[in-house]
Amino acid sequence: MPTYLLRRTLTALPTLAIISVIIFLVLALTPGDPMSEFANNPAISEEVRANIRRVLGLDQPIPVRYVKWAWAFVRGDMGYSFTSRSPVVDLIVQRLPTTLWIVGTAYILSALLALPLGIISALKRYSIVDQGITTLAFMGISLPPFFTGLLLIIIFSVKLGWLPFIYDSTLSVTNWQSFMQQLRQSMMPIAVLVLFQTAVLMRYIRSSLVEELPQNYVRTAYAKGLSQFIVIWRHILRNALIPVVTLVALDIPTVFTGALITEQVFRVPGIGALLIDSILRNDTPVVMAIAFIYAILVVVFNLLADLLYVILDPRVQLNR
Amino acid sequence: MSNSTDKSSPIPPLLSAGGPATSSPAALTGNSPWQRFRRDRTALFGLVILTLIITAIIIGPWIYTVPNNFIDFSQASQPPTWDHPFGTNDLGQDQLARVLSGGRISLAVGLAAMTVAMSLGVAVGAIAGFYGGWIDGLLMRVTDLFLSLPQLPLLLLVLYLFRDPVRAIAGPELGTFTLVTGVIGGLNWMSVARLVRANFLSLRERRFVVAAQSMGASPRRIIWNHLLPNTLAPVIVAATLSVGTAIITESTLSFLGLGFPPDSPTWGRMLYDAQNYLDSAPHMALFPGLVIFLTVLSLNYLGDGLRDALDPNG
Repeated sequence: MPTYLLRRTLTALPTLAIISVIIFLVLALTPGDPMSEFANNPAISEEVRANIRRVLGLDQPIPVRYVKWAWAFVRGDMGYSFTSRSPVVDLIVQRLPTTLWIVGTAYILSALLALPLGIISALKRYSIVDQGITTLAFMGISLPPFFTGLLLIIIFSVKLGWLPFIYDSTLSVTNWQSFMQQLRQSMMPIAVLVLFQTAVLMRYIRSSLVEELPQNYVRTAYAKGLSQFIVIWRHILRNALIPVVTLVALDIPTVFTGALITEQVFRVPGIGALLIDSILRNDTPVVMAIAFIYAILVVVFNLLADLLYVILDPRVQLNR
Repeated sequence: MSNSTDKSSPIPPLLSAGGPATSSPAALTGNSPWQRFRRDRTALFGLVILTLIITAIIIGPWIYTVPNNFIDFSQASQPPTWDHPFGTNDLGQDQLARVLSGGRISLAVGLAAMTVAMSLGVAVGAIAGFYGGWIDGLLMRVTDLFLSLPQLPLLLLVLYLFRDPVRAIAGPELGTFTLVTGVIGGLNWMSVARLVRANFLSLRERRFVVAAQSMGASPRRIIWNHLLPNTLAPVIVAATLSVGTAIITESTLSFLGLGFPPDSPTWGRMLYDAQNYLDSAPHMALFPGLVIFLTVLSLNYLGDGLRDALDPNG
């Protein structure tokens, strides 16, 4: 086990290095000029622009820039934003709580919803209840999140006027009233994510349970006279959730990038909105940092999924 | 021999005498893929809706001849009427005509991106699975690497950065089309590659392949005539589902303002335009969104039905 852990971690590092090179090259080789922000500014002359380039290190060859960037990133220094002139770390730290609040709440809620729905659907397979739940799940994965978002805005903000249209980031939760306001404005973005995530999770749980139900150990447990609840909770779920946990770990980075669209629809000032703004403004350091953070998330959760699989399922062979 | 099978068969031969296809043992028990598919109501629903949408998009613009780009500010943001069944947008352009012509682009992107993804995936999976050894190791490393890339951020980045140069070379519409399909396809081939490789690995050991090999068949012949036809079923399913994914991805890009230019109205682009008029003209978002939803839903149902029909054990 320790050797497996070590080997698996060591293979993750080169992957990350190659991904960072790819992202860096995509950004460095493009014709887009980060100085175009200043191009239309008459107060900044050609020499000043050349000076800025030199100060930012943009006149050096690409490999040198990459090594400098990577070394700084490892030490936690992500450079300065071209447009707001503040450290990239600060910008990200500023936006992170909003994204975590929305994404985290949505994921917990959808896990709480998907588990019972998946169990019921698998137990009552092919019944009307099952058909209803699976149909809803199919709709959930087929509805693009931006359309669900617009639909919710039309219904709850425009027609009914119950919920606020746009997310107010300056709101700070100090008392009960402001907490309710925070809840009201987070409700729709969270709902959009929950709808999609619940559908995905429920399908995982259902198909995993359906595979376990006809197994002999289940029949044995029932034959011993155990109640259905105990059989499901103690016997089936333990086995059925192994693949689900792995899939969830693989899924979490996609949840973060998926939240990008939801943030854009509701103007939630999270990491995703920051990425899109920075892309549109040619703000290379910020784009690079966020894209690479997403890459780290993917690689780390892939690693976690593999490790969880080994820990949860003793049948997995490690000698390969 | 034939006498004994007739006796053991539960169905009288008269009832099943309808041609060579129905007299096969699979047909007698009603288990051919097509029969299984026909019993699947949701899959049929998907097929019907999809056929309707495709027919409307292909034939529609000839029957419904209202131009999609005629600007008329006196008719701006009109709710649905008999003149404009889907209403008009903020410039007074007819939304039904735009949905129909935009559908051509959206579906073309979906199909082209699927073709790119499938060709790449099948090629990589076939080579890795057939040759094995270091080639397999290398290709699977590359596949893992692509799976670890942050998809959506990278898509946005590549589109934003390379949009203008590619448009300058190939023109605004064709340039965006090539770039969008290339990037969507280029980031979606990995699961197919793994699937084809896994299938090839198990098929390679089967007797009919070993027999073909010992008879001196070339690798090319073995791959094309023996291995690929036996891997077709899961690839077809993956292809169907990937069209839906590609359509959603294209709409997402257009919705974020990074897809097609405003004068080529894809479904995602129409939603992007609609989001500023949600209070005055909600119908602008409703119809394009519904069409995306219906198209993707029917593709998903179709893919799921095909999976059940082609692989009864899966």
